[in-house]
Order: sequence, then structure tokens, then C-alpha cells
Amino acid sequence: MRIKGFFAFITMLAAIVSSFAYLETNFAELFSRTSLGQMAKFAKGFLSPDFSHAHLSTIGWASLETLAMSAMGTLVAALLGMVLALPAAGRLGSLFKAFARLVLNALRAVPELVWAALMVLAAGLGPNAGTLALALHTAGVLGRLFAEALENTPAAPSEAIRLAGGGRIAAFTYGTLPNVWPQLLAYTLYRWENNIRMATILGFVGAGGLGQMLQISLSLFQLAQAATIILAVLILVLLVDAFSAWIRQRWISL
Amino acid sequence: MLTTALPRDPAALPRLGISLLALLLLWPGFHLSELDIPGLFTGENARIMGSFLAGFWPLAYDSEFLSIVGKAILETLAIATAGMTLAWLVAFPAALLATRALSVSALHRQGRPSWPGQVIRTVVRIILVVLRSIPEIVWALLFVRAVGLGPTAGVLAIAITYGGMLGKVYAEIFESVPADSTRALLLGGSSRLQAFMYGLLPAASGEMISYTIYRWECAIRASVVMGFVGAGGLGQQVDLSLRMFAGGEVASLMLTFLILVMLADLISRLLREPQR
Amino acid sequence: MSVLLTGVELLHANGHRALSNLELNIAKGERVALIGSSGAGKTSLLRLLATSHKPTAGQLTVLQTNPWSPGMSRLKALRTRIGLIHQAPPLPARQRVITAVLAGRLGQWSLWKSLISLAYPLDRQGAMQALAKLDLAEKLYQRCNQLSGGQLQRVGIARVLYQAPELILADEPVSAMDPVLASHTLNILARDAESRNATLIASLHSIDLALKHFPRVIGLRQGIVAFDKATPDITPEDLEALYVNEQLALDESPKTAFIPATSRC
Repeated sequence: MRIKGFFAFITMLAAIVSSFAYLETNFAELFSRTSLGQMAKFAKGFLSPDFSHAHLSTIGWASLETLAMSAMGTLVAALLGMVLALPAAGRLGSLFKAFARLVLNALRAVPELVWAALMVLAAGLGPNAGTLALALHTAGVLGRLFAEALENTPAAPSEAIRLAGGGRIAAFTYGTLPNVWPQLLAYTLYRWENNIRMATILGFVGAGGLGQMLQISLSLFQLAQAATIILAVLILVLLVDAFSAWIRQRWISL
Repeated sequence: MLTTALPRDPAALPRLGISLLALLLLWPGFHLSELDIPGLFTGENARIMGSFLAGFWPLAYDSEFLSIVGKAILETLAIATAGMTLAWLVAFPAALLATRALSVSALHRQGRPSWPGQVIRTVVRIILVVLRSIPEIVWALLFVRAVGLGPTAGVLAIAITYGGMLGKVYAEIFESVPADSTRALLLGGSSRLQAFMYGLLPAASGEMISYTIYRWECAIRASVVMGFVGAGGLGQQVDLSLRMFAGGEVASLMLTFLILVMLADLISRLLREPQR
Repeated sequence: MSVLLTGVELLHANGHRALSNLELNIAKGERVALIGSSGAGKTSLLRLLATSHKPTAGQLTVLQTNPWSPGMSRLKALRTRIGLIHQAPPLPARQRVITAVLAGRLGQWSLWKSLISLAYPLDRQGAMQALAKLDLAEKLYQRCNQLSGGQLQRVGIARVLYQAPELILADEPVSAMDPVLASHTLNILARDAESRNATLIASLHSIDLALKHFPRVIGLRQGIVAFDKATPDITPEDLEALYVNEQLALDESPKTAFIPATSRC
């Protein structure tokens, strides 16, 4: 045990040392007086955030845009996820199942920001690209969760409706959905919370929202404006955290 | 056979209300997000996207490109590891300051710490919240402006965000560990650091290591993405290839990214399991 | 002829022989009780008639139709004419009673009507009438998980009454009710079948109830018909032979009734 721990410690140390060596980060230079002074000057630009009325209202609109992107993206993702979850749960045979799982894994494996960069190419700059990016990645995540929920739900209620002559869709909506929808809703809300945070940064590749504003004002070195935007991001994230904590507490207490 | 008057459906009004509210929220949401799915499949967009996707095959694998990819992988791993090291240097002392488990004043005040201690703890906690609540990629964007393009910005961004996360979780772990032995050491006159080393750390280390490894895995994912703002690693290469419309290169890089994330997941699981 | 079985055999997927060489002939409007110890094949026979299982051998005709001749739409049309009452009604826990009852006619409704009714129940009158017959009218807008086991069974029966099928199949429909309520409920079911000239086939573990409410009783033992007689002709020896080596269940109390799992409603 001791030897194993020691070995692990040495490996870790080696990894850390070689990492710093590989990056050739010159920390002496990074923390030298001139460099620190430069950084301080840069940081000082953030100390007087721009609270002018015009800027605040622009930020307000961008925040709404961010919220709208996350909400619409999650909504589209939930619909698309459901469409893919049905075959992925094996309802249409094993061939469709394998194919749907492959699609879901591919959607999920590509990070939101990469999707956003792709969508900016495909659909142009702006919130539409961000919404589509969130929708595609989240569809992969939700589709998988939905498929698991569908597989774990009892089959008897929908089978009973089929035996009384009901069609596939009727059996699904009357027999399966009532049992699973609370779970589906919980998953969707949880992903929405995640997506609000994501939507604030998708703008860095030009996909709208607060991120795009921040990217623009930083590249123009409008530090006062950037500081206000960062504050807005911070407040948005904290609000979402508090809200979801509150929701979860209420749901657990129910 | 009808014995009772037919009561009205009590759920009808709430359902109608919720539907109307949903429509009311959906409409501005639709406008603000400028959602346009059909636009993807029509006109110029579809043509551009089609030719770009067609370029995904064959994958790019010429030796020059592969050596670039290799360097990018190493850089990504190095950013994650170095970032985590710095994050740990931030988190560890911060957690010691933020935790209530090492409060001396609480010992003879029925577990209620004195107010100066409380103020320091609150300030440290607020700083940790700010550090971790601003997404790492925002920090990366800021550091790219402050220290220039390249991996250093990525390392610093991970150090700050993950420092905030680790600090919070370490402090929680310290407080969740049974406090008896630490309290006994403090009452016996040992210093806080001694009480920590001999009372708290042995009980908390397993969980701390496990969480740190898990975060390291997250750091690898994060450092891939951060390249999009110029903070080095694989992401920067993806961004470049995207801009050049080099479909084959993008496809190869995505594949590399998938393998990297899967490997990190595997390593992290292998490392964490014996801890349990 | 409502039900006609010749040489029917049913093997389950695990190789267990549930029914063998079954000959059965039930006319339209008849009311028949199935008795026998557990594992005798009562549920298998009912599920076979409900077209849930496919016979592994033999000829099966339900309502003048061979359910397993090709054609999905014909099977679907046949199924709307058959109502199956489950011992533990498979109703979603969070579904409201009214929706659960209305689901009985999904086979007859168009897709649009089904979907609208999910949000705003359309035939409230019909659901109400079916529930009122079983004294459950005041539960109309409650959720299924708020009901007791016996109430759930009655909701399951109300669903089939609402469906108004030509063939009613009931698998231990009153097992979770006390004896008085069980007898009362069977009476309602029998009266409903009689008034519409529908066929009723019910499996029961209480011999008393079977003899009291059904003019014809079929005894099943290990997957074969032990006896098939009009009720007045049944002798104590018949019953003894049916349950030999089993616990005699002449006065079996319904205390052994199932307890529905809450998650399944």
C-alpha cells in the first residue's frame, strides 16, 4: 500500500513537472514587475464598470436573448430527444435501436461550443446558431436519458390499451407517458439550467447572447463595458443556481 | 343510471392557464432566439454545409497534420494538469480558511465561531463563489487579453475556476468528516495545522483525491473547448480548421477529441475505484 | 359462437406448458366461471382469448374471427370488441380515474379525439355513468394512486364497462374486495353482460362466488379441462378432484388478495 502510494505520488509529480516544462510557461516572467504592471493596468480597466442606462438596457436585452436561446434550445432538444428516444428504447426494432443510439452518442459527444462554431458556419452569426447548437448537443443528452426512462417504465399499461384495440400512439400517450413524464420533465429542467450557463458563453464563437457582446467589447478593449457584462454573467449564473436549488428543495420535500 | 350531477373538471382551468402562459412565453422566446430550423436546409446555407460535411471524408492523416495533432494533444493534457496543480494551490489554503471544522473559537462557544473568524470565512467563501461562478472560458478570454494567446491563458483560467470549485468542495469534505478527533487535538493544545494534519486529513484524503481526479477529467474537456478563444490545445486547432473549411481535418480532430475524453474517463475511473 | 377452441396448446417462452389440448365452446351471451388452483392455466387461457398470447398449436376462433390470420388492422378491430379486466389493473399511477376509464374506448376513437381527450376529457358523461354503476362516481377526478386496491379493481371494471365489448374477460376481477362488495360487483358485471347480450368469462378463486353468479363453471387443472358443467350439476367430488393435493379453498377468504405496488398504481 505504501509503495503503491509512493509510486502514484512520483508519477503525479512527474506529470506535473513535465506539464509545466512542456508548456514552457515562464512564471518568473509572468510575475515579473513589467508583466504584473501590465496585468494590473488591464485589471484596472474593469474597476469602473459602465453602468450607463444605454449599456444596461443592451445587457438586459442580451440577457433575455441568452435566456431565450437556452429555453428554445432545450425545448427543441426535448422534442428531438423524444423522437430519437422512442427508437433508442427499442420500440421500433433492434435495427432502429442501434442506429438511434449511434446518432444520440454522436450528438452528445460533440461539445456545445463546437456545435456552435459549426452552426455559425451553417446558419450565420447570431442567436439562431447558438439555439441550434444547444438543441443538437442537448438532444443527445436528453434522448439518452429519455430512452432509459422509457425502458424502465412498466409495459403493462400500454399493453392493456393495445389489447383493447388502441393504436400505438394512443397506447403510448395513455399508457406510458403518464408514468414517465414527471421524470422527463425533471431531466429537461435540469438540462435547461445547464444550458443557461452554456448560452452565456456560446457567443464567443459568434452565436449570440451575452457572450457575443463580451467578445466584441473585449476585442475593442472596452474594458468598462466588459466588466458590466461579466457582472451580468455572474448574476445570471448565481440566479439560476439559487432558482434550481429552490426548485429541487421543493421537489424533494413534496 | 345517472345518479349524480356531472361535476366540472377541476383541472381544466389550470391546464388552460398553463397552456396560455407557455404560449405567452414561447412567442418572445421564439423571436429573441431567432430560431430558424428550416433555414438550415434551404438555399445557400444548405449548399455550404453540404460541401463542408462532404469534406469530412476522407479523414486528414498526413504526417504533418498528425504531428500537429500530437502536439495539440500533449498541450491539452499539459494545460489540464498544470491548471489543476495551480487550482490545488489556490483551493487548499482557501478551504482551510473557509472550513468551520478547524475553528478554535467554536470549541468553547457551543460550536458557534467568534465573529472575526466568521467574517474571514464568509469573505473567503464569497471569493470562491465568484471564482467558480464565472465560466472558465470567460476567464480564458480575459487572460488571452492579459497575457496573450497561448496555453498560459488556459492554465490560468482552469486554475481560477477549478480553484473555486475545489476550494468549496474541500471545505465541505472537511466539515462532513467526523469532528471528534480534530476537536480532541485542538482541545489538547495542538495548533490548527497540527490538528488538521493528524485529525482531519487522514479521514478526508480519500474523498479529496477522488474528487480531484474527477475534476482533472473535467479540466481535460474544458481545455479542449478553451482553445476556441485562443487559449491553446486541441480547440485552437479545431477553430483553425473550421475557419479554413478543412472538413477532413475537423473530422480527424473530433475523433481525436472523442478518444481523448474516453481515455480520460477510463483513467479517472481506474484511479478512483481503488479509493472506494 | 363467441369462443371456439380446438386442440389448443400454449407453451410459454420458458418451455412451460400452460395449456394442452384444449377443447372449448362458449356461445354468445353465456356467462362462464373459470376455477382451479393457481397455476392451473386460468390466466393463460384468458390471455389467450384476449389475443395477448398466440397458441402454439390448435385452432382458436374468437367472435367468429381467427385473430392470428394475417392482417394487423383485423386484429386491432377484433381487439376493440374484447375487454380484458386485469387482476391488478395496469393503470399509470398519476393518471386520473376519468382518463383511465376513457382509455377503454381508445380503439374506437380517432387519434385526434384520443389526443384532445388526454388534455380535456371529452366524454365525461360516459365515464361518469360507468363509474356510477360501481359507486365510484365521486372518484372521477382523483388520481389512480389515491385509490385502494379494491377501488382500483373497480376502476378497471368501469373501464371495460365503458368499452362495452362483446366479449368480457375477467382475471380475478374482485380479488382485492371484501366478500360482500365482491359479490355485489360480480352481480353488476353479470347484469351488464346480460343486458347487452355480451359473453362473460371470469376466473375466480372463490368457488362460492363462481357457483352463485355463473350458470356454467369450467374447472381447470394443470392446463387441461377437468370438468365443464352447468352449475347445478357440479358435485362436491368434482371440486375435490380439482383441488386434490392442493389446499381446499371452499371458504377461501379474500385476505390473500394482492397488494398493488404503488409505483404501478
